[in-house]
Amino acid sequence: MKLLDSLEMPRPAGAADPIITVSGLTKTYASGFQALKKVDLEIRKGEIFALLGPNGAGKTTLISIVCGIVNPSTGTVIADGHDIIRDFRPARTKIGLVPQELTTDAFESVWATVKFSRGLFGKPPNPAYLEKILKDLSLWEKRDSKIMTLSGGMKRRVMIAKALSHEPTILFLDEPTAGVDVELRRDMWEMVRRLRENGVTIILTTHYIEEAEEMADRIGVINKGEIVLVEDKHVLMQKLGKKQLTLQLQEPLASLPPELQSENLQLSEDGAELVYTFDTQSRETGIAGLLRRLSEHGIDFKDLQTSESSLEEIFVSLVRGRA
Amino acid sequence: MNFYGIKAIYLFEMARTWRTIMQSIASPVLSTSLYFIVFGSAIGSRMASIDGVSYGAFIVPGLIMLSILTESISNASFGIYMPKFTGTIYEVLSAPISAVETVIGYVGAAATKSIIIGTIILITARLFVDFSIEHPLWMIAFLVLTSVTFSLFGFIIGIWADSFQKLQIVPLMIVTPLAFLGGSFYSINMLPPFWQNVALFNPVVYLVSGFRWSFYGVADVGVGISLGMTLVFMLICLAAIGWIFRTGYRIKA
Repeated sequence: MKLLDSLEMPRPAGAADPIITVSGLTKTYASGFQALKKVDLEIRKGEIFALLGPNGAGKTTLISIVCGIVNPSTGTVIADGHDIIRDFRPARTKIGLVPQELTTDAFESVWATVKFSRGLFGKPPNPAYLEKILKDLSLWEKRDSKIMTLSGGMKRRVMIAKALSHEPTILFLDEPTAGVDVELRRDMWEMVRRLRENGVTIILTTHYIEEAEEMADRIGVINKGEIVLVEDKHVLMQKLGKKQLTLQLQEPLASLPPELQSENLQLSEDGAELVYTFDTQSRETGIAGLLRRLSEHGIDFKDLQTSESSLEEIFVSLVRGRA
Repeated sequence: MNFYGIKAIYLFEMARTWRTIMQSIASPVLSTSLYFIVFGSAIGSRMASIDGVSYGAFIVPGLIMLSILTESISNASFGIYMPKFTGTIYEVLSAPISAVETVIGYVGAAATKSIIIGTIILITARLFVDFSIEHPLWMIAFLVLTSVTFSLFGFIIGIWADSFQKLQIVPLMIVTPLAFLGGSFYSINMLPPFWQNVALFNPVVYLVSGFRWSFYGVADVGVGISLGMTLVFMLICLAAIGWIFRTGYRIKA
């Protein structure tokens, strides 16, 4: 028993193999618009990968190529060991896609459309499995309703149910929570976590930084058709996320006393503010020491505040910086 | 071979047929019945027989062909145009299903529907006029072949069309005139010699002629030529569809 347990241990997170490998992928549309410029990207097995980027950055084009909806201009994509073009059958069998737009067959019932999706992907019927999906997504009561009678949020759930109907191991969610209420967003995050626990690799694109911050293991930023960075979320936050203490001084200073000078401490141009930058992760922030030394030098302050850069600020600064 | 995928598309399309049964089956049957009443019974009773066949019976094969042609095209074109229009085609494109399988699903369903309509019209016609079928197997062969060929043609139109207007324009402006001038209501031998030669450029002439031969054993052109021309048209459609999927024309950026 013990032996079996140890055999079934999940592999350590760091050792995950790539499940999708994108190499040298470019896409130029017939209009001449270059949506992707030499994209290289690796998605690891079992992770939640968030692809961030402003509108028109190439997120949807990238996803569409991997899923077979758009032809690449150059480059290759390997999904679960299969080239997505030469070996499209096994590759696509593994992939589920929830597109951004709510495109559904208005006149079909929920049950019929989910059944259709499963068949389309070459899977034999399995009503019990489909029932489970619909129940998980709170759609079971609506199974006989025509899709056109459902609310926007419910239609979004239908799209997810369709994408999951063929038991994919790679799931693309293209802006899954755009225009979705808070409750459904929570539900969706919950569902994404459950899927990941079952070993499904999830790639989501989003505008909502909080979503990436909340969900993702790794984050990729794409801008103007180029991957700007790919980083572990915590590393990214640590690397680029900094905390600052701002002190508003009672009396403006002409310059910092030499003993106080350090690269972490900066005096504003008008001399009215001191900004101290510190590492959020380390235990010793050095704030107490700084305050003590300030009072030793008779520097008084009337107010203080701390701020932490969020993923959003990191993202904006990255995208702006490259623009 | 993704059989489940073909079946899914086929059943989806057939479900659309049953859902819109009044429009898809009842209406062609009604309009054909009207033809029989007007041309077959009312006018036909005052017309001389053609090639030894009473006029009412003479127009039966032509009317069935007329319906099959228009129904195949409108069905197959609509079937593939709608997913393009609503965007649900993303699912077919992202599925592990090949071009051939996709076409079998869509075209198979459209052709099935045409064959059903053709059969119903045949039975309806029997209520109005008396006729016999000399070569039933050939009749079925022509029925199936024409349904499949023109469903393929409709599929191409559905891919090509990027507006509802374009979806209607080919059936309305090209197919209907060709069908009416293709000898549905008359033998092309009744035309002046010059127009007889012009008529030979109309592919529908061969379909109607072959189909009528399977009923009464008389034809405007040889049955072999009819069969050959239908097959040629089918091959042209298949080649066009092959090209569409190879290039992603109008379905894949």
